[in-house]
Amino acid sequence: MYLCEQCAKEQGMYGFQMPMNVSNFFASLLGLNTGDFSSINPYVQHYQKIVSCNKCGMTMEEFRSTGKLGCDNCYEVFGESLKPLIRRIHGNVEHNGKIPSRLSNAMSKTREISRLKELLNKAIENEEYEKAAEIRDKIKSLEGDIK
Amino acid sequence: MSGNKDISIENDVIVSSRVRLARNFREYPFPNKMNGKQAVEIIKRVSDIIFSSQDEELKNMLFVDMESLGDVDKQMLVEKHLISPDLARSTKKCAVIISKNENISIMINEEDHLRIQVIFNGMQIDRAWRLCNKIDDILDKNIEFAYNNLYGYLTCCPTNLGTGIRASVMLHLPALVMTGYIRNILEASGKLNIAVRGLYGEHSEATGNMFQMSNQISLGQTEEEIITSLKEIAAQVVDQEKNLRQELYKQNRIKFEDKIYRSYGVLANARSISTEESLKLISDVRMGIDLGIIQDISIGTLNEIMLMIQPACLQKLLGKQLDAEERDVKRAELIRAKLRG
Repeated sequence: MYLCEQCAKEQGMYGFQMPMNVSNFFASLLGLNTGDFSSINPYVQHYQKIVSCNKCGMTMEEFRSTGKLGCDNCYEVFGESLKPLIRRIHGNVEHNGKIPSRLSNAMSKTREISRLKELLNKAIENEEYEKAAEIRDKIKSLEGDIK
Repeated sequence: MSGNKDISIENDVIVSSRVRLARNFREYPFPNKMNGKQAVEIIKRVSDIIFSSQDEELKNMLFVDMESLGDVDKQMLVEKHLISPDLARSTKKCAVIISKNENISIMINEEDHLRIQVIFNGMQIDRAWRLCNKIDDILDKNIEFAYNNLYGYLTCCPTNLGTGIRASVMLHLPALVMTGYIRNILEASGKLNIAVRGLYGEHSEATGNMFQMSNQISLGQTEEEIITSLKEIAAQVVDQEKNLRQELYKQNRIKFEDKIYRSYGVLANARSISTEESLKLISDVRMGIDLGIIQDISIGTLNEIMLMIQPACLQKLLGKQLDAEERDVKRAELIRAKLRG
């Protein structure tokens, strides 16, 4: 969130005396904080009423007011509506750091597959069909490993 | 920082370096949605892993059930930065595991199931990260962490997603405050995705010219990239602070020395003093040491005083509950004794 000092002050987000209100912050990022808006927007109404996490019971409403999710499954259930929020917080939506050991093997294979796919496209573009076939076989075998 | 004495990387501007990782068990709801039984299970599983570890430092750590602590003890842990104010306030089943030298603390059932934290004196952020990473590796062997390929480690608050890392340095910036340039630093830091806060993190005041700088973004970059960029920005701030001090001192030697010696004089002679006033004066003396004006006190001594004069630490040290007025008198006594050596 990039605000100049002036704007930040006006919004009460600047300095140590005026801690920002986390729930307002999340609600505004989700575009869900105006009563008028939600009452005329059936999509928003739908989200508020229907969607709740089947693992922990978290609702969109509750997330809106606390800014907190209830379990790993929330990220699946609220997936698409979280994306813009996450992009605005981090400027990114893709993890690039450490991977748990139980997954690092499979992950490095996934990364290898996407690298090979790029090579495959290049080989096809250059009409190197023999090379392309080789690469395709490698991809197939790696994909087999993951499954 | 009595516990950190073995590493005496004394630095006048960079007071301490800290790294924390947020982690959650995949199979349990996050602390805000779990029940008491699950909370107890998580505490047990984490402590079993830590205390059965092969690692000497880890298996000798101290387990603290938060329910067993009184308010003063909780506050003391906050003052030592070993737990967060949130954990101290929590009404849930929660705990903290602390290393003997107080460099490591593992908070259980704070906002996330696990907050692994390492803190060192001076500029030792790489070392803090290496140790944090090692502890995470040990826990990772025995716990299936909440993780997905897109968002990385999943956290209760989306602001911690991805690496789950928060790397921070505590900076002492009196010259930047004095000249008002701190405003520019605060503005510029925001643009570089670095958050600047007061002494005790979120929402706290910058007492004694102490500021905490930390990464705002945890998703999309590697842990090393995040730490490197924090280090680079902190280094620039340190340079600016140091240059400004020299400049101010050159411009008006007498006025500058006078201010520092007066602060030293009050600290060394006061009969009653508040925490806030002490921290302000300590800030001046600290800068005086850096500029070579004051030579008979070390930064290490000031670090020790800074911690011990906090309200809860003071009461623990004296072994009794005191009201604010009594504390001010005892605080002044302690500071006088420390400064006399």
